[in-house]
Amino acid sequence: MEALLARLEALLADNSIFTLQTLSYYGEGLVTTVQLVFLSLVIGLVMAVPLAIGRGSRHRWISLPIFLYCYVFRGTPLLVQLYLIYYGVVFVEGIQDTWLWLILEKPFVPALIAFTLNTAAYTTEIFRGAIKATPRGEIEAARAYGMSRGLMLRRIVLPSAFRRALPAYGNEVIFMLHASAIASVVTIMDLTGAARFVYARYYAPFDAFLFVAAIYLCLTFAILYFFRWLERRLLAHLKPAGG
Amino acid sequence: MADTPIPLQVRNIKKRFGDTEVLKGLSLEAHQGDVITLIGASGSGKSTFLRCMNLLEQPDEGELIVHGEAIRFKETKHGREPADWKQVVRMRARLSMVFQNFNLWAHMTLLENIIEAPVHVLGKPRQEAIAHARELLERVGLTERADAYPAQMSGGQQQRGAIARALAMDPEVMLFDEPTSALDPELVGDVLKVMRDLADEGRTMILVTHEMAFARDVSSQVIYLHQGVIEEAGPPEAVFGTPRSERLKQFLAPKH
Repeated sequence: MEALLARLEALLADNSIFTLQTLSYYGEGLVTTVQLVFLSLVIGLVMAVPLAIGRGSRHRWISLPIFLYCYVFRGTPLLVQLYLIYYGVVFVEGIQDTWLWLILEKPFVPALIAFTLNTAAYTTEIFRGAIKATPRGEIEAARAYGMSRGLMLRRIVLPSAFRRALPAYGNEVIFMLHASAIASVVTIMDLTGAARFVYARYYAPFDAFLFVAAIYLCLTFAILYFFRWLERRLLAHLKPAGG
Repeated sequence: MADTPIPLQVRNIKKRFGDTEVLKGLSLEAHQGDVITLIGASGSGKSTFLRCMNLLEQPDEGELIVHGEAIRFKETKHGREPADWKQVVRMRARLSMVFQNFNLWAHMTLLENIIEAPVHVLGKPRQEAIAHARELLERVGLTERADAYPAQMSGGQQQRGAIARALAMDPEVMLFDEPTSALDPELVGDVLKVMRDLADEGRTMILVTHEMAFARDVSSQVIYLHQGVIEEAGPPEAVFGTPRSERLKQFLAPKH
């Protein structure tokens, strides 16, 4: 480790911008971005499954609120949602006297909430489409073989829908990674936040932002390959004979 | 035989779709080992009748008695519904259905398709279900295809797999809904052979089919439906050999 650091320092010796110091900003930014995106995706995913099921409910008082939620969060810019939550919470009466304020005061949690609600809305729609596309015959077979509604959902409808949703969901993950760049506008030091800082300090826009763009590109490819691998494993059943 | 309950009794089934009455009071009794074939032109109600037997369609009137147990119904604002879904689940597990379009679960391999309901509906131990499934696969000639997904199999293989799935439930009655109608002609033979073996070993079967020669060979009873009414019924020799009704004569007449 020591030797590695020394090598790195030598490599950066002629470089006034990418010092160990600035690289550590990018490093921390990377950690923050990954945390923010990963947490919001995981929580959003967990929320989206029941929401997608409820969205297709026959009872209007279940499906209508979910429809409205999805409509609003997909119909407004994520940045506006982030502003509303980040600047809005301050005005909630008495919130500053509760323990909640301790976490809401910092920008991370409001951003996490905004991102989570946003991705959950999109993911709900993706899953709903996939659930609706379950072949009728497969549902009929499940009924004919004595499956209850819950068992059918668990064993037939959801496993088949998740697989169908995979390509669209992969896009949503990449979209969230890129959208997370706007976290920097509420002072979060994510990747873009680090880039802005380096830019402001050295007044070197190309160095600062091209470097961060390269990091996003690497992350995007990692996600892309992960989903391609998942698809190869989970969508094998859609390949025709000999595939 | 007297003390084993009759596998399936259906009495006076009526079914309406909107204003059209598609089943106008149909009855049928399937005893152990019966092979009952429903024939008739399309729109005669034969598939709907079959689908009423395991409640994939809800009959508006009529009785359904499975293994001596009458299904209870209740009136709701959406029409008549089973009063006790647990009872329906129980009765469906005694009747298993083979569909025109196979309806195997696409995200599962053939073996997984076969053990799915025995394990998760009947609560059979997984290892036992797998062993049974392998025997059934051998019977339908698909030993090699256990790990194939439905999309990787031909229609004939899928349908034989679907028959294995139906057999895995150890059903009292097997319902076949036009099992060969979606198949290429050269694949029909394999499926019919499997069905013939089942009939020969004394399985109780009710089938809807357009394969008249097959129906004549294997049936113990043939029912000819016309516009939701049983127009003629009897042993195959009588129905095919000496049809009484004009419509049945026309239906059976060579088309060209």
